[in-house]
Amino acid sequence: MSSQALSQNQEVFELNLGPQHPATHGVLRVKLVMDGEYVVDAEPVLGYIHRMHELMGENRTWAQYLPNMGRLDYLSALSYNLGYVELVEKMMGIEVPERAEYIRVLTTELNRISSHLLWFGAFVLDLGGFTPLLYAFDDREQILDLLESVTGSRLTYCYYRFGGLYNDVDDDFLTGCTQFLKRLRSRMPMYHDLVTGNVILRQRLVDVGPISAEMCRRYGATGPVLRGSGVNYDVRKNEPYSIYPELDFDVPVYNECDSMARYMVRMDEIEQSMRIIEQCIAQMPQGDIMAPKVPKMIKPEVGDYYHAVEAARGTFGIRTVSDGKNQAYRMKLRAPTFCNLSLFQEASKGMLLADALAFMGSLDLVIPEIDR
Amino acid sequence: MNKATITTQLRALAATGMVDEPETAPAPVVEEVEEGAKKKAAPPAPRKNGLLEVDPARKGVHLDVQLNGDQVVAAAQALDAEGMQLEAITGVDWINDNELELVYDYSYTGGEFFRVVVRARIPRDEPNISTLCDVFPSANWHERETYDFFGINFEGHPQLENLLLPEDSDFHPLLKDFKGC
Repeated sequence: MSSQALSQNQEVFELNLGPQHPATHGVLRVKLVMDGEYVVDAEPVLGYIHRMHELMGENRTWAQYLPNMGRLDYLSALSYNLGYVELVEKMMGIEVPERAEYIRVLTTELNRISSHLLWFGAFVLDLGGFTPLLYAFDDREQILDLLESVTGSRLTYCYYRFGGLYNDVDDDFLTGCTQFLKRLRSRMPMYHDLVTGNVILRQRLVDVGPISAEMCRRYGATGPVLRGSGVNYDVRKNEPYSIYPELDFDVPVYNECDSMARYMVRMDEIEQSMRIIEQCIAQMPQGDIMAPKVPKMIKPEVGDYYHAVEAARGTFGIRTVSDGKNQAYRMKLRAPTFCNLSLFQEASKGMLLADALAFMGSLDLVIPEIDR
Repeated sequence: MNKATITTQLRALAATGMVDEPETAPAPVVEEVEEGAKKKAAPPAPRKNGLLEVDPARKGVHLDVQLNGDQVVAAAQALDAEGMQLEAITGVDWINDNELELVYDYSYTGGEFFRVVVRARIPRDEPNISTLCDVFPSANWHERETYDFFGINFEGHPQLENLLLPEDSDFHPLLKDFKGC
């Protein structure tokens, strides 16, 4: 960090947070103007790992673009896979077999749990608690092993195909999921005892970083940030896709609007995802995992299309324009944390620097997804 | 949020902005295509201003509105008053028509599934359009990103600097005549 006095009489000074800083989880720079320990202005500076994924969408075929989806938000890559294949299926009118839909939802929710577990560990680490990270990574490792066994990769998944899946799951995988759920269920009370009820954590989070529902709307914030502000909005419920309407799960909503509310939303979402996975395992039908007739060359009808899914961090939307060729004419990726971070500048005004960092952690930022 | 109000307001807006072009379009000349010659479809003409109610199961949105460039702020105000949120702003380069299209995606988080897309076409040589920053603060970053990628000048934007590209870059990678840097 570097600091610099603006003038002799002025109390405020500039402070650079990042681009490389343990609290930013990626290469994010925040230009801070500080008055002592208080934040006067905090301007996020983006683009350090910008890779122009949108241009890549225009110069490769629809199928060739699939692996890019695992490289936006590398912590919940399957949600992005799902959004993209569903968009193409929507354009082409491809019906996906039921078994494939169940496996998609099962793996996406597993991925959501692993993403929330990583956030949980890293967030508590930001607040000065090192041990929970090791426990959370231990649990997350089980998910990575399970997903590796079916997808072939541990992080940058490319598992879904237009009309189905890359390969089927076997009984070992389903048994493994059941065992994992049993294990995680026995660990959640421990997390809540050790971390959620911890007085130091509560003092760092309760009533810190308030974001009103109106502020979320003006900034386009979605996901756990929005649900921690008392708005019951989840794309899985409000704009249903895949087999989510057939599954029984709740959308956790907290009205406190503070960092603690966002923490609680994600912890409850882990429970809800476990419920979804259990139902998927119990109801998993037999059958094909690929639609019978998927054209080798995808050439969608001329026009533009939009599809949104609920990723671990909020609404991931893709708007694409097709000119009838085998490549997209335009591919717009609407990343949830891009919008969630944009409210940081306004919301962090007047906060203590330590609180601002706790608040930033509660937004659950993934920089490669912001920079795209 | 009232769907009917939004539909009425946007339809009225689209109607007032329409330039009355005399219907001088000549009858389509049917060209004799030689046997064996490859048939080439004429590129579709750019869409005219107006409001379309489209099928969300196919297109992902409920209302698709095309307006003049100077009407996007009025549309944003109307949608803001109804509690919609601005989800994204982007552009499309229609280089063959010598136009740039601005695309504004709106969604509703209050319960009902309702999405609106507002679009406007501006000349490629003078890519100027008013900013939405005064209506939605979220527009700030979305417009900076669109400025990065397309070089569109958002008039009245408080800080129109590169957001994702390096601050000294002078290229706009999503323009169709971008050849690499």
